[in-house]
Amino acid sequence: MTRVRISDDALAIACGADRVAARFAALGAEVERVSSWGMHWLEPLVEIDGIGFGPARPADVEAILAGTADALCIGPIADHPYIAGQTRLTFARAGKTRPLSLADYEATGGWKGLAAARALSADAIVDVLKRSGLRGRGGAGFPAGIKWDTVRQAAGPVKYIVCNADEGDSGTFADRMLMEGDPFCLVEGMAIAGLATGAGRGFVYIRSEYPHAIAKMRAAVRLAAPQIAPFEIEIRVGAGAYVCGEETSLLESLEGKRGEVRAKPPLPAHQGLFGKPTVINNVLTLAAVPFVLAEGAQAYADYGMGRSRGTMPVQLAGNIRFGGLYETAFGVTLGELVDAIGGGTASGRPIRAVQVGGPLGAYFPPSLFHTPFDYEAFAAADGLIGHGGVTVFDDSVDMAAQARFAFTFCAAESCGKCTPCRLGAVRGQETIDRVIAGDGNALTLVADLCETMKFGSLCALGGFTPYPVMSAITHFPEDFAAKAREQAA
Amino acid sequence: MEIDDRAKDQTIREIVAEHGMIEGPLLPVLHAVQAEYGCVDEASIRTVAHALNLSRAEVHGVVSFYHDFRKLPEPRPILRLCRAEACQARGSEPLAAWAQARAGSRIAIETVYCLGLCSAGPNAMIGTDVHARLDRAALGELIDAL
Repeated sequence: MTRVRISDDALAIACGADRVAARFAALGAEVERVSSWGMHWLEPLVEIDGIGFGPARPADVEAILAGTADALCIGPIADHPYIAGQTRLTFARAGKTRPLSLADYEATGGWKGLAAARALSADAIVDVLKRSGLRGRGGAGFPAGIKWDTVRQAAGPVKYIVCNADEGDSGTFADRMLMEGDPFCLVEGMAIAGLATGAGRGFVYIRSEYPHAIAKMRAAVRLAAPQIAPFEIEIRVGAGAYVCGEETSLLESLEGKRGEVRAKPPLPAHQGLFGKPTVINNVLTLAAVPFVLAEGAQAYADYGMGRSRGTMPVQLAGNIRFGGLYETAFGVTLGELVDAIGGGTASGRPIRAVQVGGPLGAYFPPSLFHTPFDYEAFAAADGLIGHGGVTVFDDSVDMAAQARFAFTFCAAESCGKCTPCRLGAVRGQETIDRVIAGDGNALTLVADLCETMKFGSLCALGGFTPYPVMSAITHFPEDFAAKAREQAA
Repeated sequence: MEIDDRAKDQTIREIVAEHGMIEGPLLPVLHAVQAEYGCVDEASIRTVAHALNLSRAEVHGVVSFYHDFRKLPEPRPILRLCRAEACQARGSEPLAAWAQARAGSRIAIETVYCLGLCSAGPNAMIGTDVHARLDRAALGELIDAL
């Protein structure tokens, strides 16, 4: 019987993978549902004996089985340049294993990191993490080892590990893919964090827009309970608030409160969930940990540039021809990512702008495509890499509309606790409207308002909304000036 | 209290009891109430507050903070269309206007900011079913089938 492998990742399903799988089953093939390779333009991608066919429709199934689907055939998937060019440490199992198979997980090196950690003292685990150079992948880039050490040294019998899986940034999906495709890897990373800090319980806070990830994580936690005992993990579901991706707001939400941001200090590492010392890390940070423990700090630190060590699962999104997950060492340039790897726009028109780091990230013009993917290099270019989302826009984009949307989004999602964000977002939208209506002088007000929001907001929602706004104004002034002239005429 | 109200009060108290032992139970309880009744109305807020020993203001504050919770039921079918940046870059804005006109008042077309399918937009969600690569033809089929 022919064995066919098809992903059960939400994106593959959204593109029709279930119907393709059902068709194969109806024709007598043995269908195995695996994680996604991350080549999204090819989903649903069908794998038979290592050879890929995609994007497959139910109508293509007979031809694929008969060996006459040459037009869909991409050859051996593992040798595809998009896969062969990557350095997959966190996503090493992507496309290769059944997400909820403990046997597959163990056969591919699963639990090796946890076993290594169990042989070490807590401070030795933290030391390995520090030497790996791993920084928080949620966006802030804070060294994970230092955060863990702070919690390790904090007093008290009750501590928590919280995984931030509230991946709300548009243009990002790596957390979702990891949780859906390799959930045990995240479970293992959290269990190691528990050993390193003395925490006995962990929570994964997943956004409600990710029902597939929620189901996979719930099943994984149940299946892996004996492996990680006495450590326990509970899955919690968000309720549609973007701001809960901010760590203190997430903690409030977990406690059952409005997701309002807390002032820092105290840091969550000292007083986090229910006032107890808490490690709060992004999915990708925790999922990188098993590799670091299993292969050693140096194996991870060997990748990357400057102070950005290891790999980043970059997410190529928006109007891009070859969109998907691309894990690579830090240092690759933005231009390589969107042109050489991403193949330019899906629409075939020229790229005009690339937003990096989600709704709070800056828009980059092609003249800045030489910028290397690195925390410090992006900061120096008045941007941020955030959670690694890269959203491409073609030349039909109206940058004044994008700047306006940044304020609209901030107004819709502000938690309301601090004034610069709560009022600034609304006033910013109104002031951009004045610019669009022809009042060129209002641009000065926008710049002034952005200064206030950047330095006066409690968290990154209000504090970083100026990045998309000001980068649009700085790099694409013609969209603002032209509007003013058109209206004045 | 009417018989229906008593039954609802009792059911919500059972939901609270099921979640009573976990830490920070309010959000899981509210999700369960909404799954059961399609919304978290005033009567539900009163029962939840009483059962969890919270003030009604506290529970109301939480219900009104999160986009997911409704205080009134939505009788119409709901289609959630993503209109965040990655979908905008792939044409979600003209598609959203078209979808609204096509659906009229028969279907609730709601905006969602990101379904995590950002390389394959425009995207939509109906219940927990996800749909990618939507154009007018594909979205029209979804709307007509609702």
